[in-house]
Amino acid sequence: MTTTLGFFTDTTLCIGCKACEVACKQWNQLPDDGFHLTGMSYDNTVALGASTWRHVTFAERALDGDPTNGARIAWKMMSDVCKHCERAGCLEACPTGAILQTEHGSIYIQPDVCNGCGYCVPACPFGVVARREDDGRAWKCTLCYDRLQGQLEPACAKACPTDSIQFGPLDELRARAEARVELLRVRGLDAHLYGEDGEAQPGTGGLHAFFLLADEPEVYNLPPAPAVPTHGAGRSWLAAVAGAAGLAALAFGSVLLSRD
Amino acid sequence: MAECHPVGFRWVMKAKERGAILIHVDPRYTRTSAVADLHVPIRAGTDIAFLGGLVRYVLEHERDFREYVVRYTNAATIISEAFRDTEDLDGLFSGFADGHYDPTSWQYEGIPIVPAAGHKEVVAQLGAGKREDHELDRVVNEHRDETLQHPRCVYQILRRHVSRYTPEMVSRICGIPEEQFLRVARALCDNSGRDRTSAICYAVGWTQHSVGVQYIRTAAILQLLLGNIGRPGGGIMALRGHASIQGSTDIPTLFDLLPGYLPMPHAEHSRDLGAYLRSHRSASGWWSEMPKYMVSLLKAWFGDAATKDNEYLFGRLPHLTGSHSHLQTIADMADGKVAGYFVIGENPVVGTVDGALQRKGLRELDWLVVRDFAPTETAEFWRVAPEIDRGEIRPEDIATEVFFFPAATHTEKDGTFTNTQRLLQWHHKAIEPPGDARSDLWFAYHLGRRLKQRYAGTTGERDLAIRALTWDYPTEGAHEEPSADAVLREINGYEVATGRLVDGFTELTDDGSTACGCWIYSGCYRKGVNQTARRKSRTEQSWVAPEWGWSWPANRRLLYNRASAAPDGTPWSERKRYVWWDPGQQRWIGHDVPDFFADRPPGYRPSGDARGLATIPGDAPFIMQSDGRGWLFAPSGIVDGPLPTHYEPQESVIENQLYGQQCNPAREQWVRRDSPYHMAARDRRFPYVLTTFRLTEQHTAGAMSRWLSWLSELQPELFCEVSPELAAERGLVHGGWATLSTARAEIECRVLVTRRVRPLHLDGQVVHQIGVPYHWGGVGRVRGDVANDLFPIHADPNVHIPESKVCTAQIVAGRRSQGRTAVIDGPTAIGGPDPGPDAVHRRDRPGISADTAPRKLEET
Repeated sequence: MTTTLGFFTDTTLCIGCKACEVACKQWNQLPDDGFHLTGMSYDNTVALGASTWRHVTFAERALDGDPTNGARIAWKMMSDVCKHCERAGCLEACPTGAILQTEHGSIYIQPDVCNGCGYCVPACPFGVVARREDDGRAWKCTLCYDRLQGQLEPACAKACPTDSIQFGPLDELRARAEARVELLRVRGLDAHLYGEDGEAQPGTGGLHAFFLLADEPEVYNLPPAPAVPTHGAGRSWLAAVAGAAGLAALAFGSVLLSRD
Repeated sequence: MAECHPVGFRWVMKAKERGAILIHVDPRYTRTSAVADLHVPIRAGTDIAFLGGLVRYVLEHERDFREYVVRYTNAATIISEAFRDTEDLDGLFSGFADGHYDPTSWQYEGIPIVPAAGHKEVVAQLGAGKREDHELDRVVNEHRDETLQHPRCVYQILRRHVSRYTPEMVSRICGIPEEQFLRVARALCDNSGRDRTSAICYAVGWTQHSVGVQYIRTAAILQLLLGNIGRPGGGIMALRGHASIQGSTDIPTLFDLLPGYLPMPHAEHSRDLGAYLRSHRSASGWWSEMPKYMVSLLKAWFGDAATKDNEYLFGRLPHLTGSHSHLQTIADMADGKVAGYFVIGENPVVGTVDGALQRKGLRELDWLVVRDFAPTETAEFWRVAPEIDRGEIRPEDIATEVFFFPAATHTEKDGTFTNTQRLLQWHHKAIEPPGDARSDLWFAYHLGRRLKQRYAGTTGERDLAIRALTWDYPTEGAHEEPSADAVLREINGYEVATGRLVDGFTELTDDGSTACGCWIYSGCYRKGVNQTARRKSRTEQSWVAPEWGWSWPANRRLLYNRASAAPDGTPWSERKRYVWWDPGQQRWIGHDVPDFFADRPPGYRPSGDARGLATIPGDAPFIMQSDGRGWLFAPSGIVDGPLPTHYEPQESVIENQLYGQQCNPAREQWVRRDSPYHMAARDRRFPYVLTTFRLTEQHTAGAMSRWLSWLSELQPELFCEVSPELAAERGLVHGGWATLSTARAEIECRVLVTRRVRPLHLDGQVVHQIGVPYHWGGVGRVRGDVANDLFPIHADPNVHIPESKVCTAQIVAGRRSQGRTAVIDGPTAIGGPDPGPDAVHRRDRPGISADTAPRKLEET
């Protein structure tokens, strides 16, 4: 297996320009998702889905009191994307083997294998993957698998003007992210990483597309403790065995006791 | 800047990472504010009060960079005794009569006329053609007091002029807390001087005002006082509004300019070349060279037909008979005085103010030609318009003949972009334009070719210009595309006899031996190499990166960079070393092309009879000025005052707190029944301040973005932004509809209620601001009303830019009724049935085929 590649998205550098959304749509020739004003700040995209593989979230956070910087709010922006989980719920749920982990460690849906069963959809703890209504198959970010074949970086990373989206070998990105968090904390910002490894996020085994956030995950529409459905499988089996053993004990016990 | 120049903003973010402090001054909290250290939400239209307050702070606390100010600006220069300031005349300067200023009393003491570089001749300005004796042009040995104590020295005049722009006054006018203003003042002062510099970036939020030029002047005064001009990390960056719009003023599509900011000649004042040159050039300073640029331009245009005997056919150039600005032309069109109109790559009925008046004008034309990628609202004025929707105008009654020509995009043609930082970058044709689409160059060339053919047999004197035009560009390909490369070479300039390309404008002559299409671009093809096509990576060259593209003039990246060194030629500090005098080589050297005579030592002083370039001392960085100094006080060249003054916008909610003179006395206005102004402050009918803005996702008047689904879905509908307080007051619902009206028009839009907009507290009253993006129109994949229809036709008198950033407005909840017009029924009248979601689709809409059918605009 070659080097694991991924995204490090530093939200403190995001200016909400949505170049990532447009670059992704253009490279992958994705259809639009309708033209509706949502009123959700400047987010008219709403969510990742079958035809939207980069989505910029906008959170207007009211600041209390009268801060001397003059603003009544802080505006937190983030470019959301498929997390390419180390332990991917969609991959585990897929019955056809359409979803696989590539040589780069990314999670990829083979469109010629996908049968549109939709099992992957509820299995994603982030709500990333969805089925397209017109052709029925599941679609999501490919980490620009085709561009990687040509030694090109993903379209979103290339388009991002402020390098909020950074692409490269995962261990390099992690080291860079840790240094960045330190720097921001020294400056007084409450910055932290999200999903940087399996220890931080056991429910997914860590994300290959991880984030630097300046607020609670919920502010960015991220679940605070995401877990793939099979994450609890071991415990479920143990609980089932324990329950069965308990029932068996009760049953045997009552039979033995009643024999007197 | 993050919204409108996101790619350029990359560098701001990098500066921030290196510790730069980012201060964002804007009525709205935008995506720039989100990453700024400080957001200052001033009232739209009050920047001169704000900047003037900063100027006063610098002067009162003596935070100016004193040596720079004394040596490099005209602070020490003494002004005529006849001068009277706005402090003396309650908001007017001396010399005001009949709606305009005579600047005679503004001149330096003892010098009747101080010429301004590149001043224009629309109004008979000082220096324009009335004198024979050009001795008066030289500005040498002007009266100065370098102790800055003389009561009539510029420094003291300036101090007095801004004396009442106190922090408390700034707070009253701009609606911000005093403490916030002081934070900005301290930050600027602390970060300016020998070791540190601060930069100011602005865009159309400053220019689109009736005092727009004076806004920029105030910033220039501030930056000169702080010693930030001509120094790395300093300066004033004018962010332009569109790609290559810098190029469109350099090689201008403006009525009053010739290439390189040479003035367009005036019919009365410049009857011949001699009169023109006498009235525009200066005998001192770099503008003394101007005749060489003018003659070389005429040789480029008229070739061999242009000779000394016929004054290089100067008389055949079109001469101005008045203002032919865009707004004046609109007014003339509405009055039936204009027969035809070319609209190329612009969409004025959406992008310019007072759409109703514009469309009235278009209806009066005999013919209209529009070139664009897709039909625009301007091209479709005859069937897509509010007055047509209301039934007031019928398309069948409009006699204008409309021609639409599809245009090639920048990937389908060769050419250059000249962007904000004066950088020329060549772009290469990648594919052929589809179908009938052609480049603007193709269109202009073939139109000219056909005109020349048509006029070839004529003998009339007035047809000589067309017959004599050199028009021999090579063409290539099936479409006979003219060579942009050949045009660029002509722009660079060449020796007429040999065809040798010149190295730069210093080689140009006024005797007809050189030709040059634009003197400031001269050098862009030096040594036969297309300098604008260079793309050396920044990782392979110095941080100034001089080998990426080519910057005018002469590839200088920072203008006036002589000012980055002290008068003795040494850098002001190691940290800010940029360009300096090397005594060993006896030359100016450094990180950039020195903006100075390479071999003129710092100690050079002109002799008493010096002329032209020899008049520039070795310590005068501002070589374009006749005295070589930065002008804190502008004796000429600006028609509405030598110093910037806070005036309220034409339509304002409050009286001018500083002067009895409410608005710019010299502003341009058109008093017309069909386009009224609302000039009553504190009027409950139009009590709110309205401003326009842009979004990253859409682009200008929408022709380039509202046809693209990937952009349109990001910002699909027109909306306004209001504070929660205003929403409560007017019953506006977040995500609902509102009708915005002004004295001229009304539009409907969705509502975003957001804390990013805040109420202002001004002189005892709460004032609400409303922001609306101006990208929408009635044509495209996503459509909406035209925000600029709300704004008045009214402009800055220096450059005729409309005041489209502020006016007074009313807002009511609910959709616009088709049968109601605010002007007729009153702005608060709510009448007529809700037209329903199909209202905007009532008339046939152009150019949308079945497989690109529009999605319905849904109401949530």
